[in-house]
Amino acid sequence: MKLTLKVWRQQDPTSPGKFVTYEARDIIPEMSFLEMLDEVNEGLLARGEEPIAFDSDCREGICGTCSMVINGLPHGGQKATTACQLHMRLFTDGETITIEPWRARAFPVVRDLVVDRSAFDRIIQAGGFVSVFTGGTPDANLIPIGKPDADLAMDAAQCIGCGACVAACKNASAMLFVAAKVSHLGILPQGRVEKDRRVLRMVQAMDKEGFGSCTVTGSCEAVCPKEISLRFIARMNRDYSVSLLKGGE
Amino acid sequence: MTRMKLDSQIPSGPLAEKWDKHKFDLKLVNPANKRKFEVLVVGTGLAGASAAATLAELGYSVTCFCYQDSPRRAHSIAAQGGINAAKNYKNDGDSVHRLFYDTIKGGDFRAREANVHRLAEVSVSIIDQCVAQGVPFAREYGGLLDNRSFGGAQVSRTFYARGQTGQQLLLGAYQALSRQAGLGSVKIIPRTEMLELVVVDGHAKGIVVRDMATGAVSSYAGDAVVMATGGYSNAFYLSTNAVGCNVTAAFRAYKKGAAFANPCYTQIHPTCIPVSGDHQSKLTLMSESLRNDGRVWVPKQKGDKRRAGDIAESDRDYFLERKYPSFGNLAPRDISSRAAKEACDEGRGVGPGGLGVFLDFSDSIKRLGEDKIRERYANLFEMYERITGENAYQMPMRIFPAVHYTMGGLWVDYNLMSTVPGLFVLGEANFSDHGANRLGASALMQGLADGYFVLPYTIGHYFATNKVARPTASHAEFRAAEEAVRARIQKLLTIKGKRTVRSFHRELGRLVWDKCGMARNEKGLKEALRRIPAMREEFWSNVTITGSGESLNQTLEHAGRVADFLEFCELMCLDALTRDESCGGHFRTEHQTEEGEARRDDENFSFVSAWEYQGLDQQPVLHKEPLVYEGVHMSQRSYK
Repeated sequence: MKLTLKVWRQQDPTSPGKFVTYEARDIIPEMSFLEMLDEVNEGLLARGEEPIAFDSDCREGICGTCSMVINGLPHGGQKATTACQLHMRLFTDGETITIEPWRARAFPVVRDLVVDRSAFDRIIQAGGFVSVFTGGTPDANLIPIGKPDADLAMDAAQCIGCGACVAACKNASAMLFVAAKVSHLGILPQGRVEKDRRVLRMVQAMDKEGFGSCTVTGSCEAVCPKEISLRFIARMNRDYSVSLLKGGE
Repeated sequence: MTRMKLDSQIPSGPLAEKWDKHKFDLKLVNPANKRKFEVLVVGTGLAGASAAATLAELGYSVTCFCYQDSPRRAHSIAAQGGINAAKNYKNDGDSVHRLFYDTIKGGDFRAREANVHRLAEVSVSIIDQCVAQGVPFAREYGGLLDNRSFGGAQVSRTFYARGQTGQQLLLGAYQALSRQAGLGSVKIIPRTEMLELVVVDGHAKGIVVRDMATGAVSSYAGDAVVMATGGYSNAFYLSTNAVGCNVTAAFRAYKKGAAFANPCYTQIHPTCIPVSGDHQSKLTLMSESLRNDGRVWVPKQKGDKRRAGDIAESDRDYFLERKYPSFGNLAPRDISSRAAKEACDEGRGVGPGGLGVFLDFSDSIKRLGEDKIRERYANLFEMYERITGENAYQMPMRIFPAVHYTMGGLWVDYNLMSTVPGLFVLGEANFSDHGANRLGASALMQGLADGYFVLPYTIGHYFATNKVARPTASHAEFRAAEEAVRARIQKLLTIKGKRTVRSFHRELGRLVWDKCGMARNEKGLKEALRRIPAMREEFWSNVTITGSGESLNQTLEHAGRVADFLEFCELMCLDALTRDESCGGHFRTEHQTEEGEARRDDENFSFVSAWEYQGLDQQPVLHKEPLVYEGVHMSQRSYK
């Protein structure tokens, strides 16, 4: 296959960026999307040019490192798939593909397709945990948890923190990410103790980082590689209101 | 160089009482004094994150580093199947002693007995800890925890969270770490790699790091350095590790005096998706749990190119069931991988290039229904289809062994301290618990055991018994180490040759896979030892790296790592050549039984190989830690 790529190139956080066009030749259907970019980069290096910088690590869809908007859709739009798991058999010979970084005020560009997502870490630091110390915990089977609750908590806990939800949202809202963690911990008895405090602090941290508001259009759910449900946002909104009514912390 | 002495510090007394006794004998640090000690933790996987969080909870001042853009992305996250613990919730005969025995036997009697017993003891606390943190383990309808089976064991002791156990455990540790960061007791420095260990007056007192976003090289001084930097599978270029995983931190510590133990012990996992071509950047594991319901087979006839469905039952060879009837498809990893290789070597492999065997679910689907199989493994079947374009409900998966884990690592004593005082090594980065082969679901257990329940005790003893002042980061040793790092980066950038870093990495990987992979022999290893220095020389004169060192430069990062692999692989092959026996994952073709199983030589090789660096192009010195077993009888491993 031969493809035309329009790739966002940006030297550093402060320089202006622009699209640059490259040709990708000898691409085979078995390649992953990132392996296709590896090949393009090998070609750039051979010509003495700087390769396209992009983030990736596990390349099996679980670490949440890869982050690029492909043809306008975060991770390329294949259902429940991260960019690293996207394969070239989904593209056709001669196609033009546009590749951009996540775009959100809270995720500044580091270089080319690489962005800084440390805002997510700071939101977790504000309350995305259960306050237990190592040691001194009761036997694991002393806390029975019904299978439906355990399964629901796991549905929320699967979030890989990639930020596709923010990239898809017209307001760059981080509600799906925050709701996933608030729900994971809030559903379980271990996390219920500090439920009120957690949701208030995490929402406050989210606002402080400059993420936008949620208008429940559902674009986040549509692109989420782990299919985190929009219902968790509804759940968090309820938790948040209850917490406010109770007078906060 | 000073002659190194290996003192394993194994406590006296009966095996089952050693850890309790040792915990009492360890000196303590007064709570008010703990904050005066600065601990540098490198790596934020299960071992690093759990250690950093726990040390901070205790009151130490902690700074931790990771090369990823967030601690939550460390490669522990990719572990699929589960974590072992001797809870005996299934009432099927499990106990601390049985987990200990299975692990020692699984490691082919090449692990340190006292460490393994401690691991089995603390395994039960790990599950309690993780549940308290909110890790959503799988549950039964009654609300209690569920278990599944894994290879090399005949009890169900594996706890799991769907196919994402590593992810959930890591997020638990990451959240504990984040809580401490929020409280200000841990400083997290992401997108930063350790490029030098700094040793002052014989003690590890700091590190030199490079900020990967800005290129800035800087020093951090501490009272102790904890390395939890993972394994070296990427020496093989293609492995199931994340593409960023590397040996650099461990190798730099080795060059500063930390002994490297058993580098030839590498684990080849039997069930990975086969290589599809030269473009391949990594291999993807299919969880061992699939072997609970999948049957492994190849055609009986050589070169049988028919589709799987067209091959009659009588023309199939279910080789694991045939060779190992009592464990069947759940034979341990080293044994299953070798059996698959053997079938392919005989020309009976399937798929492109004949490098694959079938993992067939059709019998289970007939017995249990497709829905049941979907419930158990849907995410794995989907992943398989995304990568291969094939539907494994309708045709068997094709799988092939791939490098997955490394049992070797920096040598540590019972306190997890390396031969450099003040340098502690945790998780996959150390060598101690898995011997020559690791059992499934034991890596997560070891990482968390080290970080939550071992290091927090032993590091205090080091502080209480070694009153060595912390130097400032402007000390001459730091300045010299920084200079060395800058000079090396500069050297890489000025070569401006013709070949890409990736082409060197691929060539090196192919060589060690051929000569030091699933089967090794003297001739092949000697050839590798001849070719690696030549490859290294070409690298340092002909590699091409564009861009500068003053900004994000992924080619430069990769080059630094490959440069270290080019030295490390020589050590790995030398160790494999020196260990003139077969054991676990180290299979020397000269040493096999008539049935083709590994033949150990306990009389001559019942020791840990610990290598001491002597300088580039100098043969390192081999030190031996004898392995003595009190609690088990060394036997020929049998899974028949």
